Amino acid sequence: MSGLSFSRRGLLAAASAVGASAALSACGAKTGSGTSSDAAGATADTSGSTVKIGLLNSLSGTMAISEVTVHNALLLAVKEINAAGGVLGKKLKAVSQDGASDWPTFAEKAESLIKEDKVAATFGCWTSASRKAVKPVFEKYKSLLFYPVQYEGLEQSPYIFYIGATTNQQIVPALDYLKKQGLTRLYLVGSDYVFPRTANKIIKAYAKANGMTVVGEDYAPLGSTEFSTIVNEVKGSGADAVFNTLNGDSNVAFFKEYKSAGLTAKSMPVLSVSIAEEEVKSIGTQYLEGQLTAWNYYETTPGAANEKFVKAYQAEYGATKPTSDPMEAAYISVYLWKAMVEKAGSFDVAKVKAAADGITFDAPEGKVTVDGATQHVYKTARIGKIGSDGLITEVWNSGKPIKPDPYLKGYDWASGLS
Amino acid sequence: MTTTSAPTTTPAPETASERAFDRFRVPGGFALGAVLLLAVAPLALSDFRLALLAKYLCWAMVAVGVSLAWGRGGLLVLGQGVFFGLGGYAMAMHLKLADAADTGVPGALPDFMQLYGTGEALPWWWAPFANPVFALAATVLLPMAVAALLGFFVFRRRVRSAYFAILSQALAAALAIWLVGQQATTGGTNGLTDFQGFFGYDLDDPANQRTVYFIIAVSLLLLMAAARQLFVSRYGELLVAVRNSEERVRFLGYNPANVKLVAYVVAAGMAGLAGALFVPAVGIISPALIGVVPSIGFVIGAAVGGRGSLVGAVLGAIAVAWAQSTLSDAFPAAWTYLQGLLFVLAVGFLPGGLASLGAVVRRNRSRTRTGTRSGEAA
Amino acid sequence: MTVILNQSFTGISIGAVLLLIALGLTLTFGQMGVINMAHGEFIMAGAYTTYVLQESISSAGVSLLVALPVAFLVAGAMGALLEWLLIRRLYTRPLDTLLVTWGVSLMLQQLARDIFGAPNVQTRAPDILTGNIAVADGISLANSRLFILGLALLSVLALTLVLRFTPLGRRIRAVVQNRDLAEVSGIATGTVDRMTFFIGSGLAGVAGVAITLVGPIGPTTGTNYIVDAFLVVVVGGIGQLKGSVITAFVLGVLQSVLEYSTTVSVAKVIVLVAIVAFLQWRPQGLYTLRTRSLA
Repeated sequence: MSGLSFSRRGLLAAASAVGASAALSACGAKTGSGTSSDAAGATADTSGSTVKIGLLNSLSGTMAISEVTVHNALLLAVKEINAAGGVLGKKLKAVSQDGASDWPTFAEKAESLIKEDKVAATFGCWTSASRKAVKPVFEKYKSLLFYPVQYEGLEQSPYIFYIGATTNQQIVPALDYLKKQGLTRLYLVGSDYVFPRTANKIIKAYAKANGMTVVGEDYAPLGSTEFSTIVNEVKGSGADAVFNTLNGDSNVAFFKEYKSAGLTAKSMPVLSVSIAEEEVKSIGTQYLEGQLTAWNYYETTPGAANEKFVKAYQAEYGATKPTSDPMEAAYISVYLWKAMVEKAGSFDVAKVKAAADGITFDAPEGKVTVDGATQHVYKTARIGKIGSDGLITEVWNSGKPIKPDPYLKGYDWASGLS
Repeated sequence: MTTTSAPTTTPAPETASERAFDRFRVPGGFALGAVLLLAVAPLALSDFRLALLAKYLCWAMVAVGVSLAWGRGGLLVLGQGVFFGLGGYAMAMHLKLADAADTGVPGALPDFMQLYGTGEALPWWWAPFANPVFALAATVLLPMAVAALLGFFVFRRRVRSAYFAILSQALAAALAIWLVGQQATTGGTNGLTDFQGFFGYDLDDPANQRTVYFIIAVSLLLLMAAARQLFVSRYGELLVAVRNSEERVRFLGYNPANVKLVAYVVAAGMAGLAGALFVPAVGIISPALIGVVPSIGFVIGAAVGGRGSLVGAVLGAIAVAWAQSTLSDAFPAAWTYLQGLLFVLAVGFLPGGLASLGAVVRRNRSRTRTGTRSGEAA
Repeated sequence: MTVILNQSFTGISIGAVLLLIALGLTLTFGQMGVINMAHGEFIMAGAYTTYVLQESISSAGVSLLVALPVAFLVAGAMGALLEWLLIRRLYTRPLDTLLVTWGVSLMLQQLARDIFGAPNVQTRAPDILTGNIAVADGISLANSRLFILGLALLSVLALTLVLRFTPLGRRIRAVVQNRDLAEVSGIATGTVDRMTFFIGSGLAGVAGVAITLVGPIGPTTGTNYIVDAFLVVVVGGIGQLKGSVITAFVLGVLQSVLEYSTTVSVAKVIVLVAIVAFLQWRPQGLYTLRTRSLA
């Protein structure tokens, strides 16, 4: 049998190869030796007349629904900036990579943008999981990521700028609002992943310190579409309001069930933190009318900057397309980066980071300011009510931009959280 | 077309020259593969491309097991994500614990537990993974044990193959949902990521990344050699016999359940090893790699390349992974169509995969030459 | 006690949806043994049919009623086409059918994305179906669920009548029980196969219409339901309608009670593991059709 003799030889060859690779590994750095830092580090290619920037969004898969709109907003900003002369005299060239709603793919594509395309900065990611997957990549190569979505806080990577709201700019003001309305008995419903679990941890700490009660807490697997038991429990709980951190498809099933159970915005309002204009359209106003949302921006937010943004977006992508908070954050993230680069006079990551503090921009959501210490943005919190026309109108805002506090250090009740 | 799903093995060589060719084909091919993987690829590819290749080779390692269980044994293993995940998590847990120990703080918890955990001590089932020997053994033995347990019950009760496929999917779904639900101890949807070191070596160092690539390439070659050895052994013949007619094998006095079990368990171990090596190569393991969809993804490469042919399955897995990462950026929609079409065409019309294309063409040509020659020896 | 009663009613709600989505499979998988992974996309086609009809018919109630037969025909035609193009070539290779139809399902999802866009679309439910009926104090049943339950039971009844008393039903049963003998008796088995597939897929379309009342309508709608649907038929037993009916409600109540006492994720995991264990005990499912075939 020829196979047998071959195999022995094969094994021998393989064994020697193992030896060879073991020998090779001797050259590698040990952990903590600190020799590897200069080996990594990627330099952006900014020598030509154009500068590449990376757009990293899910263009396919389950997250494409949301992330494609962010991708569109990013492209709009790039187009506008190029029409106005580019950044430091160089035109921007957007390189799009598809994260495909798959976290390892996000990591791979991030590396590809940094190493192969040598981008000056990257814009994108939506889910916390995708951000956590790419975080080590950006830190390893010392390259910048601008993250446009509200998130669960408790993070501060030196190579990520968080342009969406952290918890004290969305969840805490939302709780303040509910408390002011006298809605003190809360039921927490969320998808089973990092953002809802962390958000609910914060809500429970807040409730304890502010005389509110959490009467129930339920998580549904991502993509779950069966909510009869949960709604049943909500109905029987005697809660004043529901704090909803469900994501995507689950919202549709939840609100349909909610209405079927006879619950309404009057009898038990639902405050959602992941439902923006785009989601309202797909759930149906029939089920959502009168319910509350918490964001920093709505399509209806007044101001010339927003009128210009909505008009430009709809001219580019269609008159019926709504604009939403993450889209707006994505849009301004490119402008903020441009301002940082121009202040620094260089595309160099260290210089851009150093120039970040105090950068302001007249954004569609109002004036925003970059906080250099946390690499987050001062943002105004807004509570909105969903109307029968599918638009969200503001019913309350925080009056002025709130200083970002990702670790909630400024709140006594949050001391046990991190 | 015979009633069995898998293609027949290559027909016996007929001329002296063909026989000589056959003798050198296998070791020659193996040597060629070794040179390509261990010498040409590291020299020709950039660090980034080499890291990508390392990832593809992990899929290929799973495909070796699929080729054994499905190609030879006719067992459609639609739950390989479970075993890949078990291996991956076993490795990732060790790396996380090692990173935590490196911080120098006694009793330090892995970073994600400090964020999401209850703040209490390490869960008991994490503790043993601090031991590198235990963790390494677990990457392979844990998937094998789970497969043995499951297979023992399923094959003994003669659960029909279609049921087995659906059950495998249900299990993959269950494990993924469970992992997501245990955020405090498994990292939830985020999975485990951000590894600093790999058994004391800094993973950020390109030299160490290259070493990881070599380990993966060598492991793949070893697995292929082992699988080939199994294919040509008495056991391999028996496995094919079980695939073709389980009842006849039973009447001959063998227990087909045990024959199938071995293939299933070995394939699970290979998937576990692949998952374990995937972790240092790619830097993440998450429930997204375990559920129903990725589990089906693990067999597509083998189906396209040729489940019955070891080399076909391996090359198919690499080619499909490569196509996915290059085509999906430029044409996300077209890629989905292509992926679907690959399934339909490869499985529906070319069950031997691309590897059988040559054989099919040759057969057709010889048919037109000598008239119809009824079915080649299986 | 109220809790158990309450969860039982909730379980019936869940069971009604499970039954309706699995009903088509009792024919194509249960009777014919074909694992059609694109079945979920036929459900999706039914849901989109409702959406398209609502664009032209303004009354939500009328459009829903019109959608039922139209979706049956649309999904049925898709199923018959799939059978004719691919599945009939693969009857001897059930596992390959699984993979081929998985490929088809990927393509159909992308097709839906290209036609209707990636985001979910919305339909309006008639007002009468968004309310609920109080059964007892604190216990109520949603009208939409009652509608689905009624639709499911009606479909079961219709299917039973067709299988029992029509010439087509007799032929279908004959082909299932002994294909060769049926063929020898002059039955055009190919045509019967196509008709069976037409009806089974059509029922998926009907389920799709009902789903618009409770869940999202988007390109991935089908994938949400496909594994559950197969599990109902697998546990219920091949070839027996009553097995699937009982299983759908038992799984519904089990899921609901477990969800109440644990969490949704844990409940889901327990149900899946329980199914695996159950099939150890009864590998052929709850009820089986006794045949002499060795396969």
